[in-house]
Amino acid sequence: MAYPEPMIRPMREEVTRHGVMELRTVAEVDGVLANPSGTQLVFVNSVCGCAAGGARPALALALQHKAKPEQLYTVFAGGDVEATARVRSYFSDYEPSSPSIGLLRDGEVVYFVHRHQIEGRPPQAIAADLVAAFDRYCEAGSREQ
Amino acid sequence: MPGMIFHPGHQELHGITVVLETTGPVTYVGRFDTEDARGVHLLNVAEHHRASSPYPLEEFLVQTQKFGVKAERKHLVVASSLVGRIRKLGELDG
Repeated sequence: MAYPEPMIRPMREEVTRHGVMELRTVAEVDGVLANPSGTQLVFVNSVCGCAAGGARPALALALQHKAKPEQLYTVFAGGDVEATARVRSYFSDYEPSSPSIGLLRDGEVVYFVHRHQIEGRPPQAIAADLVAAFDRYCEAGSREQ
Repeated sequence: MPGMIFHPGHQELHGITVVLETTGPVTYVGRFDTEDARGVHLLNVAEHHRASSPYPLEEFLVQTQKFGVKAERKHLVVASSLVGRIRKLGELDG
């Protein structure tokens, strides 16, 4: 069952204002993940405190880095239930958690941040982990938007 | 951040995924909810049993850190007298 949209809309916008595309349906998810190329980040957003205090601000910080994934996507766990489940099918080796962040390169999961790597940590520390992954797997200045 | 309360008004470990080693052969990994007179309440819990699990505990924890908690139970209460050690999953070495 989804949370009321007026409640979660600001949480969505906190991510999408950074140029991250929301995937709200199964078709939208498959449209970008079924035939992948390049680097794709998928941010599983959620209502919990560790999304608000950790993951979302960390993402905002990390996206200021010169090396970034070429494509940026987000789904909302507890908002777009089917889309979130579909996204998780592309990360099937990883247990579902939210918030979480997955990085794919040419369809292969190369980096994953679980909730347990977010909870209780300041956003700067989470962002540092993301930036290290971006430096390793992404190219500077290669992002299309 | 030492001493930071993740959720104000709750115990320090509330909402944190922990590794709870019991005084016996079982180790649980789950989200710490609270500790009360009944014991430690964990949510979305995975279990490792020294005698029957396919991997040694150390390997189980490495796999859990990498691939996440494979929850088998939604809620578990571990009597305080059976709690050996609690550590944060995100702070384990390796």
